[in-house]
Amino acid sequence: MTGFPILSLMLLVPLAGAIACLVSGNQSARQIALVVTLVDLVLGILLWLNFDLSAGHPQWQFVEHVPLFAGFSWALGIDGIALMLIMLSVFLMPICIGASWESITKRQGEYYAAFLLMETLMIGVFTAQDLYLFYIMFEAGLIPMYLIIGIWGGADRIYASYKFFLYTLLGSVLMLIAMLWMVHEAGTTDIPTLMAYNFSAKAQTWLFLAFFASFAVKMPMWPVHTWLPDAHVQAPTAGSVILAGVLLKMGGYGFIRFSLPMFPEASAQFAWLVFALSMIAVVVTSLIALVQHDMKKLIAYSSVAHMAIVTIGLFAFNVQGLEGSMIVMLSHGLVSGALFLCVGIIYDRLHTREIDRYGGLSINMPKYALFFLLFTMASIGLPGTSGFVGEFLSLGGIYQVSSWVALVCTTGIILGAAYMLYLYRRVAFGDQKHADAAAMTDLTFRELAMVIPLGLAVLWMGVYPESFLAPMRADIAALDARVARAKPAGDAKVTAGQPGAHAQMSEHEEGAH
Amino acid sequence: MAPAMDFSQSLRLIAPEELLSIAGLVLLLVAGWAGDKASRAISIAAVAVLVGAMALVAPALCNGAMGPETSAFGSQFRADAFASFAKLLIYGSAAVGLIVAPSFFEKFRAMRAEYPVLILFAAIGTGMMVSATDFLTLYIGLEMNSLASYVLAAFLRADDRSAEAGLKYFVLGALASGILLFGVSLTYGFTGSTGFEGVRAAMAGGLTTGMIFGIVFVLAGIAFKIAAVPFHMWTPDVYEGAPTPVTLFFATAPKVGAMGMLMRVALEAFGGQAGAWQQIVIFAAIASIVIGALGAIGQQNIKRLLAYSSINNVGFILIGLAVATPQGASAMLTYLAIYVAMTVASFVVVLLLKDEDGNSVESFADISGLSRTRPWLALAMASVMFSLAGIPPLFGFWGKFVVFQAAVAAGFVPLAAIGIAASVIGAFYYLKVVKVMYFDEPAGKVVGKGEVAHAALLVVTGLFLSPLGYLLTKWLGAMTDTAAAALFHVA
Repeated sequence: MTGFPILSLMLLVPLAGAIACLVSGNQSARQIALVVTLVDLVLGILLWLNFDLSAGHPQWQFVEHVPLFAGFSWALGIDGIALMLIMLSVFLMPICIGASWESITKRQGEYYAAFLLMETLMIGVFTAQDLYLFYIMFEAGLIPMYLIIGIWGGADRIYASYKFFLYTLLGSVLMLIAMLWMVHEAGTTDIPTLMAYNFSAKAQTWLFLAFFASFAVKMPMWPVHTWLPDAHVQAPTAGSVILAGVLLKMGGYGFIRFSLPMFPEASAQFAWLVFALSMIAVVVTSLIALVQHDMKKLIAYSSVAHMAIVTIGLFAFNVQGLEGSMIVMLSHGLVSGALFLCVGIIYDRLHTREIDRYGGLSINMPKYALFFLLFTMASIGLPGTSGFVGEFLSLGGIYQVSSWVALVCTTGIILGAAYMLYLYRRVAFGDQKHADAAAMTDLTFRELAMVIPLGLAVLWMGVYPESFLAPMRADIAALDARVARAKPAGDAKVTAGQPGAHAQMSEHEEGAH
Repeated sequence: MAPAMDFSQSLRLIAPEELLSIAGLVLLLVAGWAGDKASRAISIAAVAVLVGAMALVAPALCNGAMGPETSAFGSQFRADAFASFAKLLIYGSAAVGLIVAPSFFEKFRAMRAEYPVLILFAAIGTGMMVSATDFLTLYIGLEMNSLASYVLAAFLRADDRSAEAGLKYFVLGALASGILLFGVSLTYGFTGSTGFEGVRAAMAGGLTTGMIFGIVFVLAGIAFKIAAVPFHMWTPDVYEGAPTPVTLFFATAPKVGAMGMLMRVALEAFGGQAGAWQQIVIFAAIASIVIGALGAIGQQNIKRLLAYSSINNVGFILIGLAVATPQGASAMLTYLAIYVAMTVASFVVVLLLKDEDGNSVESFADISGLSRTRPWLALAMASVMFSLAGIPPLFGFWGKFVVFQAAVAAGFVPLAAIGIAASVIGAFYYLKVVKVMYFDEPAGKVVGKGEVAHAALLVVTGLFLSPLGYLLTKWLGAMTDTAAAALFHVA
């Protein structure tokens, strides 16, 4: 498939679909959207199948480069990290369309157009190989998300949409200034070249901070996470799924693609800051999640806690940490997406997110209770689910750097189990307190078609994570080698196991001769 | 060079001005004899004349004309690539101001034959402002534009707001002209010349206090004309009060003219002493961005909001001037071109906002829920708003991008950082317009239909502002670079 511009095609298909939805209005928008997202999913699968994993494969594949614009180019290309995140996006999109199938009744044309536009921009962020192209895609995502929250959101949607937009805009604009400076200094907008460019340590410091302002808000890290619960709670179900599933990953992707390889010294210099914020986030937001009455808010706060596990893994400066972070991101994309979907399913029936209004759902909705339990367990990080793999690797990575950080962050797992199990108990177990909740019907075919693929993906990633790690291994090794020079000394003093007695003996014998 | 040849060369260089002047006078006579019945025909003829003038102006830009051979009448006037670029924008906006006018004024039975003639004279004056290389030419051009503009602002004689706008514009404009003239006389007194080259040569030896006073007063006078803070107070009242087609014209052509004039004065006449005025420009830039953004927040009238938005945009353009490099000048021109397109699009939308009886509606309450009654109109307005806010992928982002790129390249990183952070304040009120149109319940007030010409203008500017605009960046960049090079050629 070399030479065929499959990445451009993946960007164009949803864009064309968005225009078609806008023109078609209410009649056939959802059908168009479903077909378009499925086509993009097929293209994504083709992309993965054709991704070259042979030894010595080029880091950047499916590269396209057309110097279309003044000062920057239409440059696309992916490595394994981007591939996995693209797969996550194209996998979640048809599910989002499915989640909106019946719940969105007003202004369908515009709704599906906004979603497809969102898909274009998400894929654009992960494929852009030009710094400015990346920025344009990164920022442009604000517009459709603003509209999705503002038009189709809940009661307090307008406040949430403003907060989302302005918060993330303020974070990003400083990054633009840093990008302009970097391009002026390095003389190129090519991301792979910039990833190997050595900025002076002094410049790195403030460049890092400018990028940090953007990615930390997007991620979101404590204390700039406050837009997230508002946005999640007010967004329609599919909006929450895409927000938690993919948009938050842009922050993590930004760290792994820009902050770490471009500013390794500054990353090491500010690792303490990241650790401190992440530790606070894990504990504080988990405790906040524990006392929520609103299901969506609870899951939103748990997202912040999970993203903190991602950031500590990223700044562990070792392969385990980086791999763990990527898996946590992928896993969280699936699991939090699935959890928001589960909330959406019962919200569609009862029109409330109040936890107390439910109870005993395992009696009247056994299938629903089964899948909800699976995703709850995956969120906690039970072995066999995707959550376990990611969190184990991340925490293993950070343990080599700081056992204290590892200790504090591990409490997040315990607290995570507490709030998720508490949520599950209140919703699915116990007595059927309310007649209307007890009368709810079990999953329909459409809903099963959404949760089954998610459940399978969660189990696949939990049982055989190698499928997902293999494409990223070389890229993460390259990143690890890039940041190795700035690696901070760890306090754990981990050493490789002692060689066995036989090896020592042979060494002695050799010395004796 | 023999004087006779010099004279014929000079006359050739001002061919566009000659065409406009003669056509303006002829149309004035036609207007006198044929009366208001012929106003539509005169408008059409005036648009044709403006297009013809654009055709005459364009070669200078395409050929990259610069240097002494573009200088006319003993260095009083310059028809170089820079002037050409600005004049294309000016004549183009004047033509748009004519195209949208008849349907607006006919509603009030106020479409009179002198409207196109006044626009033509204003366009000549504005064009002279960007070509002037002598303070006297500059002043004549400025006054020619201003006199026509005062009348235009008060064009709806029966409307109190329009009369008020005309009076305010006249009083404050006259004050600004006075300040400018005072600055010019100080400059002349301390440098011994009114020509830009002479002033530049005199300042090369160092600045005296008198010269600094001259610079400050000249810049203050021009700041009035571009509506930069702290000389911006007249803008919202005039924009709101003036008839909408006239507001469209004010927000585009004279703005480009005054900005071009400022660039020539600052970079040519005072270009050798950039350090003397950079601080003033930096202050005006930041203050315009912040006050333009804060002032807009409480507004309920769309035209007033757009007035504050233009103040805000002037601030961003001035950042390009503050860096005083060819790249900065080029960025300003790019921004101006995009700004003109955004302004035209936004005011055409405002013109299309009409209720059942064809009356204009201008308040936020009236456009609420517009996306459901007039989806395409709302989409156009939303695109313009996101564009004005500088959110990619809309093309408005490119204007801000090049300006900040120039600032960073020249080492003005803190200025760029403050400017871009302040742009977030501006984003708030642009978002408010989108919110009102998309999130609120429909008021159902806007039902009127527009003309084909309006729709065509909206489609053209809309496509330019859409992401497709980025495909033009190479071409636009080459043009603005040529124009900026011409400006710096003498320097």
